Amino acid sequence: MNIQSKPPVAAQKLDAETRIVGHDHVHDSASRHVRGQAVYIDDMPDLPGTLHCAPVLSNVAHGKILNIDFDKARASEGVVDVLLASDIPGKNEVAPIFADEPFLAEGKVEHVGQIVGLVVADTLAHALQAARKVVVDIEELTPCFDEAEAFEAQSRTLPDQHLKRGDAQQAIEAAARRLTGRVKMGGQDHFYLEAHTAHAFPGEAGDMTVWSSTQHPTEVQVHVAMLLGVKSHKVDVKCRRMGGAFGGKESQATIIAGLAALAAHATGQPCRFRMRRDDDMAATGKRHGYTINYDVGFDETGRIHGLKVEALAHSGHVADLTGPVIARTLTHLDNCYHIEHADFLGFAAKTNTVSNTAFRGFGGPQGMVAIEAIIDDIARSLGRDAQDIRAANYYGAETGSETPYGQSVFVGDELAHDNPLRNVIERVTSNARWDEKRTQIEAFNAKRGVLRKGLAMMPVKFGISFNLTTLNQGGALVHVYMDGSVHLNHGGTEMGQGLNTKVAQVVAEVFGIPLGDVQITPSDTGKVPNTSATAASSGSDLNGMAAFNAASEIKARMLDVACEHFDAMPSDIDFRDGQVVCGDRSISFGTLAKYCWMKRISLSAEGFYATPKIHWDGKTMKGRPFFYFTYGAAVAEVVIDTLTGENRCLSVDIVQDCGKSLNPVIDLGQIEGAFVQGMGWLTCEELWWDEKGRLRTVGPSTYKIPGSRDVPPVFNVELLENRPNPEETVYRSKAVGEPPLMLSIAVWLALRDAVSSLSGHRLAAALDAPATPERVLFAVEDMKERAGELI
Amino acid sequence: MTEPIRFSLNGCAVEARCRADMTVLEWLRLEALLRGTKEGCAEGDCGACSVLLKRPDPRGRSAFQAANSCIMLMGQLDGASLVTVEGLAAMRTGAQSGHPVQLAMEENGSSQCGFCTPGIVSALAGLLDRQSGSEDADHTLAEDDIHDALAGNLCRCTGYRPIVEAACAAASQQIAPLPDHPVGSPNAVTGEDSSQMLHPATLDELLALLRQHTDATLLAGGTDISLDVAHARARWERVISTRNVTELRNISENADVLTLGAAVTWQEALPFVAEHWPSFATLIRRFGSTQIRSMGTVAGNLATSSPIGDGAPALLALGASLRLASSQDERTLPLDDFFLDYRKNALRPGEIIKAIHIPLTGSELDERRHAAFRVYKLSKRYDQDISTVCGAFSLAFEGDRVAGARIAFGGMAATPMRCTAAADALLGKPLDGATISAAKAAIAGTFKPMSDMRGSAAYRAMAAANLVDRLAHDLSGETVEVMAL
Repeated sequence: MNIQSKPPVAAQKLDAETRIVGHDHVHDSASRHVRGQAVYIDDMPDLPGTLHCAPVLSNVAHGKILNIDFDKARASEGVVDVLLASDIPGKNEVAPIFADEPFLAEGKVEHVGQIVGLVVADTLAHALQAARKVVVDIEELTPCFDEAEAFEAQSRTLPDQHLKRGDAQQAIEAAARRLTGRVKMGGQDHFYLEAHTAHAFPGEAGDMTVWSSTQHPTEVQVHVAMLLGVKSHKVDVKCRRMGGAFGGKESQATIIAGLAALAAHATGQPCRFRMRRDDDMAATGKRHGYTINYDVGFDETGRIHGLKVEALAHSGHVADLTGPVIARTLTHLDNCYHIEHADFLGFAAKTNTVSNTAFRGFGGPQGMVAIEAIIDDIARSLGRDAQDIRAANYYGAETGSETPYGQSVFVGDELAHDNPLRNVIERVTSNARWDEKRTQIEAFNAKRGVLRKGLAMMPVKFGISFNLTTLNQGGALVHVYMDGSVHLNHGGTEMGQGLNTKVAQVVAEVFGIPLGDVQITPSDTGKVPNTSATAASSGSDLNGMAAFNAASEIKARMLDVACEHFDAMPSDIDFRDGQVVCGDRSISFGTLAKYCWMKRISLSAEGFYATPKIHWDGKTMKGRPFFYFTYGAAVAEVVIDTLTGENRCLSVDIVQDCGKSLNPVIDLGQIEGAFVQGMGWLTCEELWWDEKGRLRTVGPSTYKIPGSRDVPPVFNVELLENRPNPEETVYRSKAVGEPPLMLSIAVWLALRDAVSSLSGHRLAAALDAPATPERVLFAVEDMKERAGELI
Repeated sequence: MTEPIRFSLNGCAVEARCRADMTVLEWLRLEALLRGTKEGCAEGDCGACSVLLKRPDPRGRSAFQAANSCIMLMGQLDGASLVTVEGLAAMRTGAQSGHPVQLAMEENGSSQCGFCTPGIVSALAGLLDRQSGSEDADHTLAEDDIHDALAGNLCRCTGYRPIVEAACAAASQQIAPLPDHPVGSPNAVTGEDSSQMLHPATLDELLALLRQHTDATLLAGGTDISLDVAHARARWERVISTRNVTELRNISENADVLTLGAAVTWQEALPFVAEHWPSFATLIRRFGSTQIRSMGTVAGNLATSSPIGDGAPALLALGASLRLASSQDERTLPLDDFFLDYRKNALRPGEIIKAIHIPLTGSELDERRHAAFRVYKLSKRYDQDISTVCGAFSLAFEGDRVAGARIAFGGMAATPMRCTAAADALLGKPLDGATISAAKAAIAGTFKPMSDMRGSAAYRAMAAANLVDRLAHDLSGETVEVMAL
């Protein structure tokens, strides 16, 4: 085992010329994806006797459970069992942080869609039919659905978080100008194409194997063990791939996996639990909607002197991951701007809706929407371009370079010579031909037609690492077989992001063997234990480095044998193209492996990695939570219809800093996909509840994610070149999973710009998110009313 | 005698003994153990379950089309040919195995999580199959064609760019015919005794069966009612399919009227509609998706009598009428009189829609008289969404004055509805500011729309009225829709 205080990684190895890392390799499963041969959990073959589960969901938002009548369900065709909270042998507890969330409702229900019971039957259709026959008698209590209402009532799921620097109140009062305002943004369903799924196999002596579509096998393992009243070693959790996750399978997958295990335990038979889409959308958490109130003091140049923010997160009925989500909101409210006097309050509003959870960006996007709305409002109030206000506030020598939580933004000589923030902004405004576009748009709008255009730039600085330092660890297990082929296992999970491909590249690079000689295997708590969720964009940083360490250790042992074989020094020997080369002599990597075996040298190693340099005090909200920052910027051009509110993004230019990319084609896919997903959040995707608290957008017929025609017809993406990560990350790469999602805020800002153009940019648009046609039309009408004579 | 369901599966003749109301997706995954085809939503909206289906056609224009297997019933496969992602993977392209779309997507980074991929492969293979079989050999694939083909497929990972590019790359290649083994026309009764599908071949047979089996489910495309089966809310003992009834498959046209038989799908109707009303054709291209339009029928859309039913406002404005038939008699009913209340219509027990008649009015009557037809659909997403508001305007002008007007809306009341007050406000007047205001006021006075997940009452009221403004701008030649930029 490597010792974390003594990093085994020599920086020069990370900076070496690479043959496999840094090049385009398509997703390892691509050939099977396109042929329908990639096996997802629901595609696994059935063992004889396999049973199917269906959930019984509450149809009341808040109430006391008086009685559950399942006689009819039990008598229904094909039903084997009906399980309630009282059937749980261990703890009825699924919360990832606080102990506040049951697997199955007990005594009370707190949202429509809460799982009350589980029907187990011979077929899925029988289980679904029987589940509808369970009658849950509930005495209704008063519900709360709105985060502002919960704030008013001081009803919360966890203690407030407060990030402060200086004296914001005093700074605001002393400033020449002051604005107060409020911006609201909706949540977002993950809409992974593969709904939640688990398949549990009971073993002997209380063992349980669970295949779970999860980002967090260890959390599933821990909670299944607690649920069954056994220790963790009795439970093995595996996952080869997910059909999308986006944060939605970080904590929520545990619910489904736990219940499948409960059913398998109760019946002694293998049990599948695949959520139908409507149940999945009703019963599992989403991105947090937020209401954000602000009070800002600034001067005539637009420089912010003090900012107070109340960020009210729509937590739902329990905490789930709302605590760390809020922490990320508060640590990203600054985005790229130096705010000397900051007072950011995070409030977790308890509402009678499904508990919200992780979603790509994890609270960061909501904080950035708020600060960009503030910048926009300041710009309009001063009659200036928002770009000027941004420029007056960017982190830099003239403003300052320390975040409100005390981390220095720049590393090494970045501030003096190679400011990455300036780089992406200059590059993107040049690529997008900003000035030319602005002129064309003004000319278009001057025609005073039904359609109006808008333009905006969005800069993004995103902190990489889990806020909670402990979670920043990764593990890997590597075996080299006697023929030189390699078995790779690591603590991360594959949800489509290409993590397995990247980690395999790292291992192939270290050994100098073809990528195809590295076998990717399912994530498995029995191979790499005590893992963190594959989340926070950290998958390749943590697990890639752990695999690098494991492979390097084996390679060092093999090198000794090679030195002996060639009678040479280590520096004379090179591992490349499947060969071990020494001058003009060479043997294959497989031959060397065989020699190692013959000499009784271990060809297996585990690798471990703990991110260095980071620390965080959650109480004071100070420290260096992030190993590094990544940067990106986007320019978006939009058009709105002032009669109907219909809108469209016409073009986008993106520049994203990926450090020295491990795999440019995969990173490009992450950037494009994240942007479109974020654009969906801010435009067409709307969660809609009725007055009873029932989510009525529980399928793709009512919940509209972007389709192929919604993608901007001009969509230029550039990876910032020649920017190796100044920190020692795996081959100097940077994380890419979440940051580009926030580039899509450019679209929302451009929509605000288009609405504002109706007042000659004198007034800020009253436009919340998502900017559906309805919200855009109402913002247009509001603008017409306030602006009087339209431009 | 209940016969097994016979069809071609990936080029092999198959006889399936199963319930006729079993979904094709369920059969593929559970019975055939072909698990490449996925369930994403079980409501025909995400496309992960897409397969390729070719059904016999009386006009001999049979072609493979993408369809949603999650809401398609096994009985509907009778006599048809089905190709799944596994069938495409078994094709040869040069030295490689797989369809050119599969190879292009593999090489181009077009998949991330891969769950939507088999459905996308199927949708694009369908597009390219039609393309390569097209009589118009010079027709090159435009990006819009690809978006049309992908409108029924959601991808949450990629942002679509690499998928669209792969489609373009594959289009330039030689593409072999899709695997097929025609099995002949369907038997009269197929499935199993507890759930069978009846396939009458003539209208008389159909009407007799309806009289005989009053509890039977009448099925056209099934893109609406089969959701009940997909969600395990319903099981059907007896389903009567309209698909093979010769009279109902007819499309005919004379100088005065376009007639669409009740079993005509949206996809089949599209070229005929496009000839006369380009704006209606644009609406149809946004109606569901290729998958839905290849199964769903125009008559079925009217018979479900949804308050929105995108076809209805257009057909109301065009003055369509319905020919209704039962075993006793036939009658003609103006569409105006068809919708009675929320999901209620004027069909009597045992009565069906036989045909839809759409009167033809030339767009250029003479120098002074001309006609205009526009239908505007407002929704959160452009493709494959259900209208928040749909407004249809059929106007005749003499000089600059409105000489005739029919205006109808969907999404504004319990049924699709005409707005005669708005039409009256336009009559005899030029489309100027005062006339537009009067028509808008008439719309506001006519409708009391509701609030739901698609839009608030206030939005519906304002946007519907604003469509009159749009109409005026549109007719004056201004670009009025964001998608036109």
